[in-house]
Amino acid sequence: MLGKLDWSAIPFDQPIPLIAGAVVLVAILAVLIWVVVKGHLPYLWNEWITSVDHKRIGVMYILLASVMLLRGGSDAIMMRIQQAIAYQSQGYLPPEHYNQIFSAHGTIMIFFVAMPFVIGLMNLVVPLQLGVRDVAFPTLNSVGFWLTATGALLVNLSLVIGEFARTGWLAFPPLSELSYSPGVGVDYYAWSLQISGVGTLVAGINLVTTVLKLRTRGMNYLRMPMFCWTTLASNLLIVAAFPILTATLAMLLLDRYLGFHFFTNEAGGNVMMFMNLIWAWGHPEVYILVLPAFGIFSEVVSTFSGKALFGYRSMVLATMAICVISFMVWLHHFFTMGAGPDVNAIFGIASMIIAVPTGVKIYNWLFTMYGGRIRFATPMLWAVGFMVTFIIGGLTGVLVAVPPADFMLHNSMFLVAHFHNVIIGGVLFGAFAGFEYWFPKAFGFRLDERWGKLAFWFTFTGFYVTFVPLYVAGMLGMTRRMQHYDVAEWRPWMIVAAVGMAMLSIGVICQIMQLVVSIRNREALRDRTGDPWDGRSLEWATSSPPPVFNFAFDPDVRGEDVYWNMKVRARQQSLEHEEPEYHDIEMPRNSPTGFVCAFFATIMGFALIWHIWWMVILGGIGAFATFVVFAWRDHDEYVIPAAEVAAIDRVNLEERRSLVSMAGAV
Amino acid sequence: MNLLDPQGPVAAANSTILVDSVFIMLAIVVPTIVAILAFAFWFRASNPKARFQPHFVYSGRVEMVVWAIPALTVILLGGVAWIGSHQLDPAAPVPGTGSPVRIQAVSLDWKWLFIYPDQRIATVNSLTVPAGAELNLQLTSSSVMNVFFIPQLGSMIYTMNGMVTKLNLRADNEGKLQGLSAHFSGDGFPDMMFDVNVVSPLSFPDWVATTAKAGAVLNEDSYKKLMQQGVEKGRPTYRLEDPRLFDLIATQHIPPGPGPELISDAGRAHIGGHDAR
Repeated sequence: MLGKLDWSAIPFDQPIPLIAGAVVLVAILAVLIWVVVKGHLPYLWNEWITSVDHKRIGVMYILLASVMLLRGGSDAIMMRIQQAIAYQSQGYLPPEHYNQIFSAHGTIMIFFVAMPFVIGLMNLVVPLQLGVRDVAFPTLNSVGFWLTATGALLVNLSLVIGEFARTGWLAFPPLSELSYSPGVGVDYYAWSLQISGVGTLVAGINLVTTVLKLRTRGMNYLRMPMFCWTTLASNLLIVAAFPILTATLAMLLLDRYLGFHFFTNEAGGNVMMFMNLIWAWGHPEVYILVLPAFGIFSEVVSTFSGKALFGYRSMVLATMAICVISFMVWLHHFFTMGAGPDVNAIFGIASMIIAVPTGVKIYNWLFTMYGGRIRFATPMLWAVGFMVTFIIGGLTGVLVAVPPADFMLHNSMFLVAHFHNVIIGGVLFGAFAGFEYWFPKAFGFRLDERWGKLAFWFTFTGFYVTFVPLYVAGMLGMTRRMQHYDVAEWRPWMIVAAVGMAMLSIGVICQIMQLVVSIRNREALRDRTGDPWDGRSLEWATSSPPPVFNFAFDPDVRGEDVYWNMKVRARQQSLEHEEPEYHDIEMPRNSPTGFVCAFFATIMGFALIWHIWWMVILGGIGAFATFVVFAWRDHDEYVIPAAEVAAIDRVNLEERRSLVSMAGAV
Repeated sequence: MNLLDPQGPVAAANSTILVDSVFIMLAIVVPTIVAILAFAFWFRASNPKARFQPHFVYSGRVEMVVWAIPALTVILLGGVAWIGSHQLDPAAPVPGTGSPVRIQAVSLDWKWLFIYPDQRIATVNSLTVPAGAELNLQLTSSSVMNVFFIPQLGSMIYTMNGMVTKLNLRADNEGKLQGLSAHFSGDGFPDMMFDVNVVSPLSFPDWVATTAKAGAVLNEDSYKKLMQQGVEKGRPTYRLEDPRLFDLIATQHIPPGPGPELISDAGRAHIGGHDAR
């Protein structure tokens, strides 16, 4: 009846996951009860859960990423404590638990923190920057988000029901095959990623289509803000790379469920195939994450320097070069597999070539600052912190792209330090910068600067205190994923790294404090003009938060830095805004399709993991029926009458007239 | 286990390339970081002396330079990578004094088996080699992937079931070193560290002779017992019955290691949460 599921799946003998699970469960129940008792349920359902508004969906993506950041961060804290104390002892985590933690940490941080964070920011900002009303496929957008949430839910469910993978975040076979991992851990891993992978793929298709087809009048490709370019590049990579992940995991699942032999030791299976396939997705994946971050920094550096982005066309070229070359470097993840000198050297050099456009980007940001008037608001601090940190990560990255150096550093703590250097220093700093920068646009008030700066300094220094010791440990021969060790010279560095982890945690606490303080002081921090940073692109041309239709009339684009030039013209010709002619606006209707579809997908995923076949069929039919119903819909749009548009827009224009701008001052 | 304290020519060459590459890159990275901090500081909005140049948004010369600097660095490093990859190919010979020693390494769950086919002996978690001689390693795995790595001798290499990888090394100085597995392989992974005893070329034959007198015999049967999942704290040695044992493992004539033991068929039906812990 219930497949492999029985009471032994609940870890009654392990206090840590049980207590953590209970706390989370109580918290969720408390929130639910509060929502129902206070009567917020209809609001949540109508305004958020069924919303197809790209801004709302973007916010929900970022919320998901933030919650998962706390989960992945807890894993990181546990790992650092374990390695700090597990010298000549077992520490406090037995191997089967420790191995789940580092696997979950990697999986969660990449798939459920970094991905939703950047996709959320792209969702929120790109349609605004392009001057359009929504993404190309609004309901599909909602489906993508909810399927991602399903994946996150399943991963967290494994904490209390069953176990998570104990194989590392890429589940290399043959260790992840049934014979060496008979438990449900790898199944949780694979089905979560299959389901959320579909979500990511539809998000990618959606954003590519949006950038290619939905730009406003005059917004040709070379007038798009840099963030739109990096969004295009990143989502092209999603569309090209995620099917590889899906296919690879499908093969692993066929091995595990139906006795196939793609990657097994027996019957001609080949583990090197898995290595090649997973990294053919895995290396583009890091550029999927970091390209949007590059876009965010381009916007931030340019805005806070009060200058247009230096070498815009050069940046576009660099972005697209990274997009293409990122598909030709995957083999550098396993130089030590004995592929031979020609293959190793070619992939090593290809990997270094990526450093050229990346270096160009750094220099272009540098020259954007040159001759600027730099305001050090929190987003700009993150940007400068990123530039310094990312260069160091780039250096160590190019170093491990040199095959003979990699022969010493592969899989070492040095490598762990390197990729945290680029993912924290690049993607996470970028996500935080984007969060601070666009928060006022999403919610209508700025974030508290004092707590924001405190968060930056703790995170920035905490990063170095945590990861410089890991670089050193790698140079001392320490390899990754050690549950305990007997080498005395590694110990001090692990202790320093644990101290750094504490500083990083304080940084996160500061971010939470910042949010709490800002919400409390929101009236004082209110952004009435819609343009709190003296911005340059179109998202600042509408109110904060923008009306559901984004723009009352299609913006007319006549060059780069559209909104900046509008401000310049308005000032130089001292033109008052003329009252435009308003028209009715058609907007897509809310739809529960995404939520319902994900509900059935969750049931199906859970049932697949536990081999509850009747439930698999139930979930499958439910999910299929949901989209059939959606496909047969008659009315999917509603009309906002011109009078209502005018009323909303007049308030915005009135506020904006009082705008004090630097624009055109020179 | 310091990588910058090499004890053999391969490690020495690897670490030289490592250090050289870092210095080549530091030559542009340090000035760039200084420039970032300097520009960020000087052009702060509160500095009245800084000249505001909002129209400095393109310069062909600057573009030329910023594409050229990383490109030139990469051309230089690309040369290092190309030459280094060929000279330090793990399979390339590493000439030494005396006759080369053939060693066949098998990663088991979770210990290392070292077979000396010419000497007809085998050891577990302890590798004894003569100083100065070329070491020809052939490597495979009994079950999951591992990576064979002696940090102070250089170049690591994967071990995979059903496949043989090749690695040539040389240890120059007598003494004790440590090796490890550098690819996660399951619960006993951290206990896959092994001793490396580099002895003088004269005492190596003595060690071989002593080991050959050991009581335990390594053949297919005892190998199958050895490859059961478990951690080995001791340093057992064996007389090798069949010098072709490694080939039997690598060609899967001996089936791959079994993975976690399942208690009974009843237990097998419930592999899930229960067996997982």
